[in-house]
Amino acid sequence: MQGINEDLYSFPDDMGHFGVFGGKFVAETLMTALQELEAEYGRLRKDANFLAELQSDMTHYVGRSSPLYFAERLTNEVGGAQIYLKREDLNHTGAHKINNCIGQALLARHMGKPRIIAETGAGQHGVASATVAARFGLECQVYMGSEDVSRQSLNVYRMKLLGAEVVPVTSGSKTLKDALNEAMRDWVTNVDNTHYIIGTVAGPHPYPMLVRDFQSVIGRETKEQFDALHSGLPDAVVACVGGGANAMGIFYPFLTDESVRLIGVEAAGHGLETGLHAAPLNDGRIGVLHGNRTYLMDDAHGQIVHTHSISAGLDYPGVGPEHAWLKDIGRAEYVAIDDEEALGAFRQLNLLEGILPALESSHAVAYGMQLAGTMGKNETIVINLSGRGDKDIPIVAKIDGISITQD
Amino acid sequence: MSRLEARFARLSEQNSKALLAYIVAGDPVPSMTVDLMHDLVRAGVNAIELGVPFSDPEAEGPVIQLAHERALSHGVSLTDCLDMVAEFRVKDQVTPVILMGYLNPIEAMGYEDFARRASVAGVDGVIIVNLPPEEAGDLHSTLTASAIDLVYLLAPTTTDERAALICSASSGFVYYVSLKGTTGAATIDVNDVAEKLNRFRSLSTLPVMVGFGISNGETAASVANFSDGVAVGTAIVNLMGIHQKDYAEMSRSITRLVYEIRQTLDAC
Repeated sequence: MQGINEDLYSFPDDMGHFGVFGGKFVAETLMTALQELEAEYGRLRKDANFLAELQSDMTHYVGRSSPLYFAERLTNEVGGAQIYLKREDLNHTGAHKINNCIGQALLARHMGKPRIIAETGAGQHGVASATVAARFGLECQVYMGSEDVSRQSLNVYRMKLLGAEVVPVTSGSKTLKDALNEAMRDWVTNVDNTHYIIGTVAGPHPYPMLVRDFQSVIGRETKEQFDALHSGLPDAVVACVGGGANAMGIFYPFLTDESVRLIGVEAAGHGLETGLHAAPLNDGRIGVLHGNRTYLMDDAHGQIVHTHSISAGLDYPGVGPEHAWLKDIGRAEYVAIDDEEALGAFRQLNLLEGILPALESSHAVAYGMQLAGTMGKNETIVINLSGRGDKDIPIVAKIDGISITQD
Repeated sequence: MSRLEARFARLSEQNSKALLAYIVAGDPVPSMTVDLMHDLVRAGVNAIELGVPFSDPEAEGPVIQLAHERALSHGVSLTDCLDMVAEFRVKDQVTPVILMGYLNPIEAMGYEDFARRASVAGVDGVIIVNLPPEEAGDLHSTLTASAIDLVYLLAPTTTDERAALICSASSGFVYYVSLKGTTGAATIDVNDVAEKLNRFRSLSTLPVMVGFGISNGETAASVANFSDGVAVGTAIVNLMGIHQKDYAEMSRSITRLVYEIRQTLDAC
């Protein structure tokens, strides 16, 4: 392993690069807006008033800190390392997404932008964006692939209740990546009055940095809570990776703690060998999409390919550039869990701990259990339980042959 | 002298404005593209922007997005685009061809391979919508070594500081995106374009082309008053979509549109 020292906290560089990854690959029209965002965030991240506002909303609105919970029955079932769960599912709106949305909505307000836009896959980031828009009195439009609109009608209606307009995207594969394209198109057109809340640590600089910073509250709390509950540092931290926001958030404060293994879990879908997955760090190659250079799933001609995962939140062909870099320098490991394994973990966590995890988070739980089984009883793992699974009940019910939709 | 330089020099001598036309390679079917390129030249186009289809064309409006999808439905790749340029060059060695698209297909081919093959095919310039000069270092030097121009874009939101950087980095010409939005999004505010262009033009000795939002002869002529030429894309591609089942009518209607714009440009 090379480069494991304080320098890890000096990235991205001024150009937004993490090694060869990251950067700003966008249409010229957006360059000025990105530079303004960078400058404004650079100022606000050191501004005591801004940080106090953020802290206040994190406490009183989001409900932070989220608990770190020792999963005793799960630990006993696996019979290996002690498993702790970081309960991001208990946040307001039911996932880690809100941490970033609160931060970016405050940014938008400071920049004098009355309108926010967001892309969403399963609808979690859309709901979190619509939520903060209501909270701060901002206009909000959410772009969502038309395939996802019909699969996630509950979240679509939830966003409408929050006063947001959901815009179905019918271009390309009609899923998350196309929603992101359409949000970029909106931003190019309305850049004067609009802030684009990207939901993950991808996109052009400064997004990967600022989303990471807003999410790293997860890792900071985990570190303190673990030391208080158990003492010392955990041996491994495990989190699911789609774009990679929750993983980056929990990894970041541990980057220079060399003894802590950082493990990102991608979606293997129907299996890595089938090609029907969403695991660019396991089975992709370096390219440029959505404003940054990173690992991607594309064909021999550079066209982005369709991805598959049972979990819509992981169903994305790219990944945040800092993950790409952490993989290449060997600081973090990236594995993959398939649909079946994730479903198994989903069921087990319900039965053993009374916790309904999101299918995204179930990927982390599944790998965490496998890993724990290979470790000793005196060792410890923290799994980031990034979201709750209420939204996934219809999907799992359908697999079980049960219809719970009310037509 | 490159084809682009020669073409712009000649237009300047004739006191004539450049007309650039954009189509997506392989739209609506790959077998039509080269014929269409020749049609465009016959109707009065001075240089062709050949769009390279991409799965995620994030700067395009709905009309050109659909053209990318039509081309991709035939599996048109960057290699196919280069083959089309080579075929076009059999009959036309003078009209400049500029490839316009997104970075990932070029990344997938590899910069060196792309520069070599594009040069052999007879490509004169490249416009990459999602590649600002700050990120273009390696590709720029590779293309320069193959005598291919890398054209950068200026936008209404570009600051004077960035405009200086873009104008000094660009080669061949500079492309001014005349509106905040995607291709074909709206009608442009000609006065606003005039004001911005006057600021930017002093920064570069290169010809300045204006595009995104020019759909007819009237707008083209008014924009040409303060630029060296115009680029028309969506209006042409729209006709390709409308007449995608009737190739003869497609060719006729596109020729008519381009000819009309040419006449209006020449009259001003």
